[in-house]
Amino acid sequence: MSDKAVAAKDAPLLIAGREYSSRLLVGTGKYRDFDETRLAIEASGAEIVTVAIRRVNIGQDPSQPNLLEILPPSRFTILPNTAGCYSAKEAVRTLRLARELLDGHALVKLEVLADETTLFPNMPETLTAAKELVADGFQVMVYCADDPIQAKALEDIGCVAVMPLASLIGSGMGILNPWNLEIILDRVTVPVLVDAGIGTASDATVAMELGCDGVLMNTAIAKARNPVLMASAMKKAVESGREAFLAGRMPKKIYQASASSPREGRIGS
Amino acid sequence: MLNIKVNGQPATLPPGALVVALVATMQLEGKRYAIERNGEIVPKSAVGSTPVEDGDQYEVVIAVGGG
Repeated sequence: MSDKAVAAKDAPLLIAGREYSSRLLVGTGKYRDFDETRLAIEASGAEIVTVAIRRVNIGQDPSQPNLLEILPPSRFTILPNTAGCYSAKEAVRTLRLARELLDGHALVKLEVLADETTLFPNMPETLTAAKELVADGFQVMVYCADDPIQAKALEDIGCVAVMPLASLIGSGMGILNPWNLEIILDRVTVPVLVDAGIGTASDATVAMELGCDGVLMNTAIAKARNPVLMASAMKKAVESGREAFLAGRMPKKIYQASASSPREGRIGS
Repeated sequence: MLNIKVNGQPATLPPGALVVALVATMQLEGKRYAIERNGEIVPKSAVGSTPVEDGDQYEVVIAVGGG
């Protein structure tokens, strides 16, 4: 088949042996209400959605719907996270509870934070937790520093995807170090997803143009003025970036202008 | 009465209560939850057979919005 004929054909995203047609993964936090959550997630086309694990408040109104009633695990791949964990121990404990909550579901998002101001990952604790979780049968997608050496170490431990930050969680600052991401993409064979830092559609496109396998975001959608519209924009941005990556962009030429119209046959020549 | 802690808060259950009584108190029956008793997970299959003991500490969690 010619390149032209396969133009729109892409392989699915493969994570831990399961295929996904959407390369956009979304969080479920910071929305005004469950209705907005549901509408935004539907507009994003995401198949994998992250959730946090938290204590039930005593006295919580039991008639209130549960998040997993809005986003049923029968329809979405629920990715429980360890947001708010600052040690390997807390993270592992949280994900064991998540596995029980989700009837033995093994795919998880590990994030061990270092610092409340930056929410930067604590890489030593992340590596410790990853080892323990992989040994316990979890399929670990891991939030990490945009450090190629650490990303490779996480792959070697057996993580099923590495998810370097583009910039700080919730900052919307976009991709601050595309060069590191390129080195990670060059060295790691498991899927690489940008997690954290996306601010707007073009950031997601750039991540995909670099060759990332997917993008995970929450705040960029939830805190847009119109989250549902931004979710739709992000869906297209990820698809556009992916297609541009597959298409292979033209080389950048600083100093070689090249007209698109023929030089020959101009009138009066 | 059995004096226990649930999610860091003091609570009481009648003597002889099973963990399922705690699930009922929190109105979590039929919902997705997970329970840890003194640091060990109580599988859903065991909530109806695991006794609550005085001084037990429980963590009861659900999934909430997060990124």
